[in-house]
Amino acid sequence: MKRILYRDEVCMGCGLCEVNCIVDHSKSKDIIKAYKKEGLRPSSRIRVEVQHPLTLAVQCQHCKDHPCVMVCLSGAMRKDAKTGLVVHDSEKCAGCWTCIMVCPYGAIKVDTASNKAVLKCDLCGESNLPACVAACPNEALLYEEVVP
Amino acid sequence: MVISEESPAAYSRPLIGEYLCGNSSLEKITYRSKEFWRLNNVEVFLGKRVVGVELSNKFVTLEGGEKVYFENLLLATGGKPITGSIDGKDKRGVFTFTSLSDAEILKARIGGKERAVIIGGGLIGVCLAEALAKNGMDVAIIELKETILSLLLDPTSSEIIRSKIQKEGIKVLTGHSVQRIIGKKDDENTVDAVVLENAQVIPCELVVIAIGVRPRIELAQGTEIKTNIGIVMDRFMRTSVPYVYACGDVAEAYDFVFEENRVLPQWPTAYIGGRTAGFNMAGKETQYPGSTLMSALKYFNIPVIAAGVTNPMNSQEIQSLISYSPKDAIYKKIVIRKGRIIGFILVKDIERAGILFYLMQENVDTDEFKEKLLSSDFGLLSLPAELRKKMLAECVVD
Repeated sequence: MKRILYRDEVCMGCGLCEVNCIVDHSKSKDIIKAYKKEGLRPSSRIRVEVQHPLTLAVQCQHCKDHPCVMVCLSGAMRKDAKTGLVVHDSEKCAGCWTCIMVCPYGAIKVDTASNKAVLKCDLCGESNLPACVAACPNEALLYEEVVP
Repeated sequence: MVISEESPAAYSRPLIGEYLCGNSSLEKITYRSKEFWRLNNVEVFLGKRVVGVELSNKFVTLEGGEKVYFENLLLATGGKPITGSIDGKDKRGVFTFTSLSDAEILKARIGGKERAVIIGGGLIGVCLAEALAKNGMDVAIIELKETILSLLLDPTSSEIIRSKIQKEGIKVLTGHSVQRIIGKKDDENTVDAVVLENAQVIPCELVVIAIGVRPRIELAQGTEIKTNIGIVMDRFMRTSVPYVYACGDVAEAYDFVFEENRVLPQWPTAYIGGRTAGFNMAGKETQYPGSTLMSALKYFNIPVIAAGVTNPMNSQEIQSLISYSPKDAIYKKIVIRKGRIIGFILVKDIERAGILFYLMQENVDTDEFKEKLLSSDFGLLSLPAELRKKMLAECVVD
């Protein structure tokens, strides 16, 4: 199965991964419209940290021991047995924030557009190259097969 | 086999407030799909109550007399609401609020501009107050202690929430208790008002008692299964009887902050305990990692996350790091004992809670980076490089 791997030595903290994540998950898929015309700006599902000179880009790691799945009150977070991905059903999500309480990577965000659900990396629907990986100018994000 | 006295499929009890106020349908709070049991080869008996457990011959008895034999038994009987000895609590119009059927009864009952008194300003009481207020009701919370949510929050964070809910029209009376519930003049058995300890009378049509829950240990009583407040567990979720396990609100299991067994009636604790019990029952020996106080809440859109020891006693060993911006109601408190995080409260700015929880659970020594914990850019980069690398490496590849 494929996962996003991160190379800190070449990350610049430029934030293009965040921008492209937002655009890819927007309705219009257009950068100007996504940022300015689709109501409240949605959150990115990848998070860039900068503490100069260190930078980091982190998203849902689809953990083996998935604490978010275990604590989810509504059953919206589930582990897909086939793909090994942690899948989030935003319709079922009650926005209780319990998953945010236990994600060791701080990878789950409040969906500030609705305030009623969370957001996390969904690997952009898996069939494509994730938007963040495609956008990174330095190949700090790689999409590779990992041994489950 | 799963035997449940409740009729609906497994649902999320913590979300019955969302169901009551109409934010969530029954389907939305139902935990898994209809196919879940079949796909996992589980035989389910819904709406069937177990009334007795026969340990030597290894069977349970259902209400109708039917015997169901087992090799291993899991008691996940949960908790029941404490109603105390308030005079008048059996009158019509007095309810509790812990199960879906309680929510159904209340949902059918409320409708107009009725007045509700909620006895208890804890997690259940405040959640219910919000749900009823959203339904247009006039709500008052009567809480014995000086602050609401006192088991989870400290005075400052509790005041932020109290302030918000009062602004939304909910009356909060702390430092008071209900002495008795009185009935109507022409109908003694129907609620008319509550009377406080200071003789103040509060007229109402509805009273909900929300002063706490206690473990349902009835099935264990009179057997060799050791109980205290709850059913006493070992680190493999076993009771004192080797083929009997327990989990959830009925279990008194390991708390990794207090380093002793406690009853922790919380959904995440129940799931992890149940999962551990399940592995052990199936023969895969798995140690229960332990749990602690942990709650994520949202009151009128103010998010709050709190875990561990949030109201520490004064001690040389314990330090509380606090950052508070009253203007924005942003509050952060991290409680540290000998370098280790033993508790924290986050109001509004909650997205780093999981990193703090991880540091607490893994008992990480934070002395090196303590001053970074409260900063606005606190994140994985604030952690020592070795710890960060270990965290990022351990998740993906086995």
